[in-house]
Amino acid sequence: MPPDSPPVAVPAPDIPELATSTPPGLIALFVAFAKMSLAGFGGVLVWARRGIVDQHRWMTADEFNETFALCHFLPGPNIVNLSVVFGSRFRGIPGGLAAFAGLVGPPVVIVTVLAALYARYGEIDALRRILAGVSCAAVGLLISAVFRMMMSLIKRRDLIGLVILAAVFIAVGLLRLPLPAVLLVASPVSIAIAFVVRRGAA
Amino acid sequence: MNSDANPILTLAWTFGLMSLFAVGGANAAIPEMHRLAVDVQHWMTDKQFADVFAISQLAPGPNVLIVTLIGYSVAGVAGALVATLAMCGPTAVFAYYVSRLLMRSSHSRWPAIIQAALVPLSIGLMGASGLILALTADRTWAGALVTAVAAALAFATRLNPLWLLLAGGCLGFAGVI
Repeated sequence: MPPDSPPVAVPAPDIPELATSTPPGLIALFVAFAKMSLAGFGGVLVWARRGIVDQHRWMTADEFNETFALCHFLPGPNIVNLSVVFGSRFRGIPGGLAAFAGLVGPPVVIVTVLAALYARYGEIDALRRILAGVSCAAVGLLISAVFRMMMSLIKRRDLIGLVILAAVFIAVGLLRLPLPAVLLVASPVSIAIAFVVRRGAA
Repeated sequence: MNSDANPILTLAWTFGLMSLFAVGGANAAIPEMHRLAVDVQHWMTDKQFADVFAISQLAPGPNVLIVTLIGYSVAGVAGALVATLAMCGPTAVFAYYVSRLLMRSSHSRWPAIIQAALVPLSIGLMGASGLILALTADRTWAGALVTAVAAALAFATRLNPLWLLLAGGCLGFAGVI
C-alpha cells in the first residue's frame, strides 16, 4: 500500500466484543476464504468457523450458526453457499463473488493438476494401490460423519427422523432411485411431518 | 442418453440440475453422481469413481470438488471448470436471493421447520453415499477392515482425518489392501 493512501484503507485494529467492527474488503474476503479452503482437508466448515468467528471476528458464533443453518437447508454445497451469503452480506454481489472465488479458485487449480496427474499416471500399479488404500479410509471417514450426525437424532429420540433417514437410505442406497424423484417425495412428506409435530408441541 | 451430444453441455446441465437437488451438501449428492457418471453416462468405471473420491478427499478445499475431477475425466480442463461452475453457480445465486429475502422478513418459523425436516433426509443421503462408496472401494476383506477401523477412529477420537487417509495410502502401497 502506498504511504499516501487515505487512512480509511488501513485496517482498524480488532475490537473483540463487536463482531462486525471491521467489515472486510474484497481482497480480505478473497484471501480469508482462500486460506480457509486450502487449510480444509476433508471439509472446510471447521476452518471457516475458526477464520470468521475466532480469528477475524467478522461474525459472532451465533450469527455464524444462523448463517450456516440457512446455507445448510439450501441445496448445493453448503460451504459454497456460505461464502456467497457471507461475502454479499458485507460487500454486496462483488463481495459474494470475491469470497466464492477465494473458496473455490485455488483448490480448483490444485485439483485440476491432480486430475491431470491421475489421467496420466492413474494406471501405474503403485499409485493404484495407494489410491485404493486412501479410498477405503476416506469411506470410513464419511461413514463416521454419518454416525456422528445420526447420534443427535438418537439422543433426541427422534423416531420419525430416523424412519425418514432409513427410508431415504434404502431408496437411494439400496434401490438406487434417482435423487430428484426421491427428494420430490421425501421433502414434502418430511416438512409436513415436522410442521405437524411442531404444532403439536406448541 | 445421447452420446453424440457435446460433453461440455452434458456436464453443464447434469451438474447444474444436481446443484439444485443436492440437499445436505456435496457428500449427500454422491449417490446421484455415481448413478449418473458410472451407470447413466458411462463417463468412468466404478474403480475410477472410487479413485476420484479418494483424490477429492485428499486434496484441500470443499468436498464438492469431486465434480472438478469428474469434469476433467470427461472433457479435460474445460470440463473441470464447467462442471465446477455448474455445480456451484445455480445454488450460489439461489442462496444469495434467499438470504436477502430472509434478512428482510426475519423471525419466520419456516426456515427452522424446513431445516429440521431436511436434516434426516441429508443424513440418509450421506449414509447411501457411504454404502455406495464402500461397495466400490472395499473390494477385499482387508479393505473393508480399513474402512471400519477408520470409521471407528474418526468417530471416537479427534484425530486429524488426514492421518487416517495417509495411513490408508501406506497400507495400500504396502499391498495389504
